[in-house]
Amino acid sequence: MKGSTLPFDGTPEQEKELRQKLAELKTKPGALMPAMQFAQGLYGYLPYEVQCIIAEELNVTLSEVYGVATFYSQFSLYPKGKYQIGICLGTACYVNGSQAVYEKLQQLLGIHSGECTADRLFGLDATRCVGCCGMAPVMTVNNDVYGKIKPDEVEGILAKYRERD
Amino acid sequence: MNIEQLEKIKRETFKNVGNRETNSTLTGMNFDRQIMICGSTGCASNNSQIIRQRFIELVAQKHLDRIHVGQTGCFGLCAAGPVVVVYPDGTFYSHVKPEDVDEIVESHLIHNVEVKRLLYVDADGKIKPFNEIESYCRQLRHALRNCGVIDPEDINEYIARDGYFALYKALTEMSRDDVIDTVTKSGLRGRGGAGFLTGKKWKFTKDAEGDKKYVCCNADEGDPGAFMDRSVLEGDPHCVIEAMAIAAYAVGADRGYVYVRAEYPIAVQRLNIALNQARTYGLLGDRIFGTDFCFDLEIRLGAGAFVCGEETALMTSIEGHRGEPRPRPPFPAEKGLFGKPTLLNNVETYANVAQIILHGAESYNTIGTERSKGTKVFALGGKINNTGLVEVPMGTTLKEIIYDIGGGIPNGKKFKAAQTGGPSGGCIPASYQDIPIDYESLASIGSMMGSGGLIVLDEDNCMVDIAKFYLQFTVDESCGKCTPCRIGTRRLYEMLCKVTEGKASLEDLDKMEQLCYYIKDNSLCGLGQSAPNPVLSTLKYFREEYITHIVEKRCPAGVCKALLRYEIDPSKCKGCTLCARNCPANAISGTVREPHKIDTDKCLKCGICATKCKFGAVKKV
Repeated sequence: MKGSTLPFDGTPEQEKELRQKLAELKTKPGALMPAMQFAQGLYGYLPYEVQCIIAEELNVTLSEVYGVATFYSQFSLYPKGKYQIGICLGTACYVNGSQAVYEKLQQLLGIHSGECTADRLFGLDATRCVGCCGMAPVMTVNNDVYGKIKPDEVEGILAKYRERD
Repeated sequence: MNIEQLEKIKRETFKNVGNRETNSTLTGMNFDRQIMICGSTGCASNNSQIIRQRFIELVAQKHLDRIHVGQTGCFGLCAAGPVVVVYPDGTFYSHVKPEDVDEIVESHLIHNVEVKRLLYVDADGKIKPFNEIESYCRQLRHALRNCGVIDPEDINEYIARDGYFALYKALTEMSRDDVIDTVTKSGLRGRGGAGFLTGKKWKFTKDAEGDKKYVCCNADEGDPGAFMDRSVLEGDPHCVIEAMAIAAYAVGADRGYVYVRAEYPIAVQRLNIALNQARTYGLLGDRIFGTDFCFDLEIRLGAGAFVCGEETALMTSIEGHRGEPRPRPPFPAEKGLFGKPTLLNNVETYANVAQIILHGAESYNTIGTERSKGTKVFALGGKINNTGLVEVPMGTTLKEIIYDIGGGIPNGKKFKAAQTGGPSGGCIPASYQDIPIDYESLASIGSMMGSGGLIVLDEDNCMVDIAKFYLQFTVDESCGKCTPCRIGTRRLYEMLCKVTEGKASLEDLDKMEQLCYYIKDNSLCGLGQSAPNPVLSTLKYFREEYITHIVEKRCPAGVCKALLRYEIDPSKCKGCTLCARNCPANAISGTVREPHKIDTDKCLKCGICATKCKFGAVKKV
C-alpha cells in the first residue's frame, strides 16, 4: 500500500470531528466519496490511519477506501508542505544546472520529490518544464517564482520562508 | 408556495429587473439604471467581485438610490472581461479594472458621460450598444436566456423571468405523458454529445418497472476547452433545478443528483444557494404547489476523473465507488443508480426544458434543422478573437460562428481547422467551413457535436501535435478497466510520438489506422470508443502533414521540436547580441554588429531568441 512515511499527526479533535461527520453520512447512499472529501478537507490528505477510520465507520473494507483514493486525482495519500517547492528539471533548466539546485534542496530538506518535511513546512516536487526557460534554472515556492537560481542561494530562500512562519 | 404567491413575486421583482435591456422604455421601475457585472469564473478571476464591491460602496456613498448594482452569469464575451454592462443605456465596458470604477460612477452615472476609453470596440472598429455588437446579435440565446440578465443568487429574479411557472404548468395542467410528449415533439436531443432524443429517454425511464427512480444531471464537464455547463450553472442554476423537477414528475422519480466536477467551485456554490432558496420557497420538497409531487435534489462532487462523464461511470461514482463504466445494456433507464431506473441528462439539455414546457414544442422545433432542433451552446476557444460562450440555432455554419460571431482569427493568420467534441471528437478542415453545424452533418465528416467545445486552429498549429495532445489526455484519463482503451491508447500515443520525432515509417500510418479501429470496436465505454477520433480525422484530412513529418522529417507548422531548427538570417541580423544574451543554453555566438550564429547541437529549441529578436532575423526551419 502506497502512502506517506511521515508519522500521522492527527489530533483527537480532528478524529472526533471526522467520526461525527461519518456517523451522519453513514445512512446516506453512496457516502464514501463525500466522506473522503470531508476527511481530506480536514487533514489535507488521506493517510492510512484516516482511511482506516473511514472504513471502520462506514463499514466498508480498507481496500475499497484505498481503491477510491487512488482512482481519483483529487485524493492525495501524501501531505503537502505549507510551502510547496517546485524545481524545474525541464531541458533548459537542466542544462543550466537545476539538477545541482535540486540536489541541494534534497540535502537541505532531507526529502525527495513528492515528499514533505516532518514539520510539514516544505514539500518538494521535481517538475517538468514550467514554461519560463528565459529564467532558467527556475524554482517556485507556492506562487513565488525564482529565476536564474544558484545552489548556494537555496539556503537563504528557505530561511526567508522559515522566518515568515 | 402557491401560484398567487409566485405571481406576486414575479410582479414585484419585475420592477427590479424589467429594464435590464438596451433602450428599455418601461416606466414604473424601481431603478433608473442597472449596472450589471459578470460574476462568472472568467471575469471573477480578473477581480470582478472587487469591481462589484467598489460599485456598491460608491453608489451607497453618493446616495444614488435609483441605481442598482447587480451580478450576473456569463455575458459570453469572456475575452473582453471583466465585463460591466449599464442598462438601459446598453453601454458595454470591457477590461474594467477596480481603479476604473470611480471614473465610471463619476462620469457615467452622475454626469451621464460614458467613459470612452473603456468602451468595447467591435471587430469593425466601431463602438456599439450591447445589443448591436456583431458577435452578440447573431446569437439566439435560449438555454442562456438568463445568463447575463439575472442575479444567479436571487431566486426572485429567476421567478421574474417566468421561473418555476413551467413546473407549475407541468404539475397542474399536464399529465406525465403530456410532459413527455411535449419534450419529444420539441425534438430536443441530448446536449452532452451523443444526441439521443431526450423525450424518448424520458419515456423509457417512465415505462421502466421500479419502486424507486432517480433523475440525475451530468455536470462533469471534463473536455479540455469546454465551459458551457459551468456557465449555465453559474449564471442560471434554477433553470436546471426546475427542469430536473419537471423530469422527475414525468418519469416518476422523487430524488435527484447533480454530479458536478469539483473544479467548478463557483458553480457548486451557486447551485447550493439556489437549492436552499428553492427549498425555502417549497419549490423542492414535499407536496410541491400543493400537489402530491415530492422531489428533492442533492449535489455530488466529482474528484477529478474524466471518465466519470460517461453515464454508467458517473452513476458508479455517485454510488461511492471507483468511477469505472460498466457494459450496457442494461441501460440506465432500466437499471441505473443503485440498480434503479435512472434518467440522466446533461446540464444544457435541462436548460432548454422549462421554456419548452412553458411555450410548447413548436416554440422549439421551429428552430434548427430537419433533425437537429433548437439551439446549441459552444465554448469558443483557441486561435479566435472573441473567446467566449455563444449560442446559435442548429444549422449555423462553422464559418458564421468563427468569422461573424467569433470575430475571426487573430493576427491575420489563416484558419486551418476547428476541433469539436474534445478528445472524443475530430477536426473539421477549413474546406468544410460552410457545413451546417448539426449532429448528422458533423458525424458525416468524421467529427462529432460533442458537448460544445470548439477550438479554432490556425496555420501555426500542427495537426499531428494536436492529435498527440488529445491522445495524451486519453491515456491519462483512461480508467484502466478494459484493455483496448488502457493499452491501445498508449500504443497509439507512442506511434504519434514517433511521427512527431521523425522516426516513423509510412507503414506506421496504416498500423495506426488499424489500431484506431480496433480500439473503437472493442472498448467498453464511450471514452475508448471515441478516443481514436482525433487521430482518424486528422489522418483523413491532414494525411499529407503526417507524410511530411515521416518522409521529409519536417513539421510544416514548425511545432514539433525534434524536427525543428532555428537559424539566424545573416542579412537581417544586426548583431545586437540580444538573442545571445537571452539564450538559456549559450548556444548563440557572434561579435557585436556582426551576424550571429546558432550552434544547433547546443540549441534547446526553446524559441526565446525568436521572440526576443527585434529584426525578425531568427527563423524556424
